[in-house]
Amino acid sequence: MAEEKKMPSGTNSVLVVGGGMSGLSAAVEAAEVGYEVFIVEKNPYLGGRVAQMNKYFPKLCPPYCGLEINFRRIKDNNRIRFFTCAEVENVSGQRGDYDVTIRLNPRYVNENCTSCGECVKVCPVERDNDFNFGMDKSKAIYLPHELSFPMRYAIDMDACLGEECGKCVAACKYDAIELGMTSSTFNLKVASIIWATGWEPYDASKIDNLGFGQYPNIMTNMMMERLASVNGPTQGKILRPSDQKEINSIAFVQCAGSRDENHLPYCSYICCMASLKQATYVREQYPDANIYIFYIDLRAPGRYEKFLKNVEADDKVTFIKGKVAKVTEDPETGNITVEAEDAVSGRKIQKTVEMVVLATGMVPSAANITLPEELKVDENGFIVDGLKDGGMFAVGCAKKPVDVVSCVEDSTGAALKAIQTMVRR
Amino acid sequence: MEKKIGVYICTGCGIGESLDIDKLSEIATGEYNVPLCKTHPFLCGKEGIQVIKDDIEKEGVNAVVIMGCSPRVNYDVFKFPNVVVERGNIREQVVWSHPANDEDTQMMAEDYTRMTIVKTEKCELPEPHKEDISKDILVIGGGISGITAALEAANAGYKVVLVEKEKELGGFAAKCFKQLPTKDPYQELEEPIIATKINEVKANDNVKIYTGATVEKIEGAPGLFDVTIKSNGSSSTEKIGAIVLATGWKPYDASKLEKLGYGSPNVITNVEMEELAAKGKIVRPSDGKEVKSIAFIQCAGQRDEEHLPYCSGVCCLVSLKQAKYLRAQDPDAKAFIFYKDMRTLGLYENFYKTCQDDEGIFLTKGEVVSVNADEGGATVVVEDTLIGEKIEVNVDLVVLATGMVPSTKDEAILNLEYRQGPGLPELELFYGYADSNFICFPYETRRTGIYAAGAVRQPLNIAACMEDATGAALKAIQCVEMTSRGEAVHPRAGDISFADFFMQRCTQCKRCTEECPFGAINEDEQANPLYNPTRCRRCAVCMGACPERIISFKNYSVDMIGSMIKAIEVPDEYEEKPRILVLACENDAYPAIDMAGINRMEYSAYVRVIPLRCLGSTNIIWIADALSKGIDGILLLGCKYGDDYQCHFIKGSELANYRMEKVQETLDRLVLESERVRLLEIAITDYDKIPGIINEFLEKIEELGPNPYKGF
Repeated sequence: MAEEKKMPSGTNSVLVVGGGMSGLSAAVEAAEVGYEVFIVEKNPYLGGRVAQMNKYFPKLCPPYCGLEINFRRIKDNNRIRFFTCAEVENVSGQRGDYDVTIRLNPRYVNENCTSCGECVKVCPVERDNDFNFGMDKSKAIYLPHELSFPMRYAIDMDACLGEECGKCVAACKYDAIELGMTSSTFNLKVASIIWATGWEPYDASKIDNLGFGQYPNIMTNMMMERLASVNGPTQGKILRPSDQKEINSIAFVQCAGSRDENHLPYCSYICCMASLKQATYVREQYPDANIYIFYIDLRAPGRYEKFLKNVEADDKVTFIKGKVAKVTEDPETGNITVEAEDAVSGRKIQKTVEMVVLATGMVPSAANITLPEELKVDENGFIVDGLKDGGMFAVGCAKKPVDVVSCVEDSTGAALKAIQTMVRR
Repeated sequence: MEKKIGVYICTGCGIGESLDIDKLSEIATGEYNVPLCKTHPFLCGKEGIQVIKDDIEKEGVNAVVIMGCSPRVNYDVFKFPNVVVERGNIREQVVWSHPANDEDTQMMAEDYTRMTIVKTEKCELPEPHKEDISKDILVIGGGISGITAALEAANAGYKVVLVEKEKELGGFAAKCFKQLPTKDPYQELEEPIIATKINEVKANDNVKIYTGATVEKIEGAPGLFDVTIKSNGSSSTEKIGAIVLATGWKPYDASKLEKLGYGSPNVITNVEMEELAAKGKIVRPSDGKEVKSIAFIQCAGQRDEEHLPYCSGVCCLVSLKQAKYLRAQDPDAKAFIFYKDMRTLGLYENFYKTCQDDEGIFLTKGEVVSVNADEGGATVVVEDTLIGEKIEVNVDLVVLATGMVPSTKDEAILNLEYRQGPGLPELELFYGYADSNFICFPYETRRTGIYAAGAVRQPLNIAACMEDATGAALKAIQCVEMTSRGEAVHPRAGDISFADFFMQRCTQCKRCTEECPFGAINEDEQANPLYNPTRCRRCAVCMGACPERIISFKNYSVDMIGSMIKAIEVPDEYEEKPRILVLACENDAYPAIDMAGINRMEYSAYVRVIPLRCLGSTNIIWIADALSKGIDGILLLGCKYGDDYQCHFIKGSELANYRMEKVQETLDRLVLESERVRLLEIAITDYDKIPGIINEFLEKIEELGPNPYKGF
């Protein structure tokens, strides 16, 4: 059994929308001061985008390490309550006194679930595993990943055969599966709301000239994270998708969509560092592989510079300044030729490689949800900060593209802003 | 408190089908005379929980042993007020990772039952350490970061003491002519916000301001700091709860940049440029002529091993901003910017775009070859790295985009009266910045209750400093609130246990005071440890360090873990069943072992795992206990140490490794092979490696043969 779902109320509390790194940080930081906090997360698990990552730059440490600590802080703190498979449906009221309607979407697995896994053994259908960007399959009833928090299964109803199959229901000794579960709503009274709705990878198939979706050996940087992760589709082995072959060469295409008026006019902040990091994944597995990084500017701010220096010291990593104009596939080998054009000299540079990673940028998730009127978004969907008298605060990548450290700093500060709405002056 | 223990064995999730549960019950009621032992097929379900609750209420059970799933799950349902609860992990670490109905699997579960009962016997409920504390916040530094921290804390109702070394508040932000855009669409320069902030902080009744003042010394601990402030020749003392260090940065010493022409007329730094623009008109320093052209040289010292190896983060934007000053002054003026990489991250790209669209701003990626300046202007030669050609420009003024150096580079500033020194412990890899080494926990600090903010922590622009300072203010407030409740701060947030020193047996060896990663323990003149509970992070590294074993926690002690080790049944050597003790960091290694179980990965059933608060809390006596009992090998699994350490207690795993030298002495004394004890670094995601690590170690031990102490 997992989180309690007692319906609480009271205006001495904070609502955090989004249970990724920003939301978790804001929530635990506020709760540890002594305030009541609710987290609403749309996924069946907490952890958000970072839960899909193999390592963080520049330390090359696993994100789960910090998530585990944050989950423990939640476990040990009865001021925090969280709701997964949940969304904010409506917000009314003002600073200090919001009335929020939360929709709980059906998970089809209730709190009785012990994560024993008997259901998976009998489930007859498979689905594309969205956690791994469809690079492998899971059963219709699934545990999102080994470190899922809460540790509880969920059912993808689009894949599930429903009551007429019902094999999992029979296999579950704990009456945990409710195929007839429906969505429900409840209301919360809160003093302030922190919007930590995070980001989504830009849809790379929109970038016509970069071949994503067209050629199997071109993938996005987030897919590369899953590919390199021990709990990913290949148990961490970087193999190219078309033939599961080991690679001798790879190209990273920076600003795939970012800094481009036709796609994302802004810089997505993390992609340079992410590609440098992924170059180290490749190097660890393939000591002799040639790595090419096509870039416009190498953005390794502050002390990230050291990480850049370390990658630059690798003589099999070649940095090429130039915007990639097109990619072509050799249909026989599946290899990709990347062609960049240097804007200044007009020179064309070509490299043929076995696999290509597009450093795709961030799109704010807030762009795809209905936000309360009090919040304003910019033309790209980032929530505009600076609501001096409001009680809603956007944090992390809901507000602007930033790295994890900045998200946590920002969220910690937002916890204080939220607390200020509850202090009588 | 007289304990009445209840043992509850869950038979769900495959446990009942894989183990002889009656034998486990017999161990509880027979070997340990536990008055109550029950089994349940679904212990975490409502009925199962009710069984336990009824026993607590009606039978007076006040200590509960749950034999079932890992303590990482169902933490919330197996929580009973004022009752000791201990969990024995026979699901993830026994039946999910070992063959069912197997003699060795059964023995494993039996040992875990013994170990958990013994642990429960030795465990007491901790009571919080509470004192009358001050909740006032000290902010050192009155620049944009310090003022923001002060205001944000004050606006949450806290009293703040703000100390600024200059006569006026404002710091570098007050020297800026304009500031970078802070809001959508991130295109226009803004009037500096600092003046408004200075007025706000001066008008805030919650903030007491000392200017022309420095911190002479800080004594005490969170909630109990005595801060001596020196101002205008006199000293005063403030009672303080927590501290924000926001002393900012200083410009890199440009006199070291002769190569770039500094020292010649008409070559200035970006800081000097800011002052020049703020005066009203950008004129040539040599003769006062209105400037028509400027060459900005980026990375003037930064990204250069000879000067500052790091990037200062803000200089690209600052030069673009200053180019705009010139363009605003004179639409015909030209600004040349020579850069390595234009680092205008995130939404600042919009601002960069406006500069790219400005026909009077010329951006060139290149390396500066030479700067020749005189009274009449300057000639800059740059090699364009893209086309490989040299470009020469003649300008009125050269601006060197010099970098930032943290104010803590050469002085402690805090002047802590701590056994371990006056400043925040320095890390080589941060170039003097008072930064955290954690991505997930950027405010983590080795001096509890002291949080760095702004440009003293990392190179940041004004808007980022304000965000950072708000976060640091929250951490300071959180620290005083948690301290007032007797709770530890991150990472064992909320832990109310604290160390107890049995001073009669202290030999003044100083190990605890030296090894505490957080400087929690001072010393008196006789070298007695003086423990500060509110500085303590409860990692128990001191407990591991103490050769006399006088340091313990109510719910975690040398005796408790030692007794668990002694509770392991060691078969005699003729049975050929070796035993391996695994001491595992509970934050990373233990979850990794769980994860192996969740993936149904199989490894030897000869291991017995004990989770530790931190591997650094390992006391050598446990190794001696285990070896003299006949346990064949000991595996210590902790977090990565070194520059990129992942230990949540910073030095814990490193200290455990350091103690391995002492372990060698123990092994020598017992005439045992050194290979019998091994320390390995393991990350939480290394679960796939667990079976290999355990099985390889076991093979090695089997090669060595049984521990000759078996049966003694």
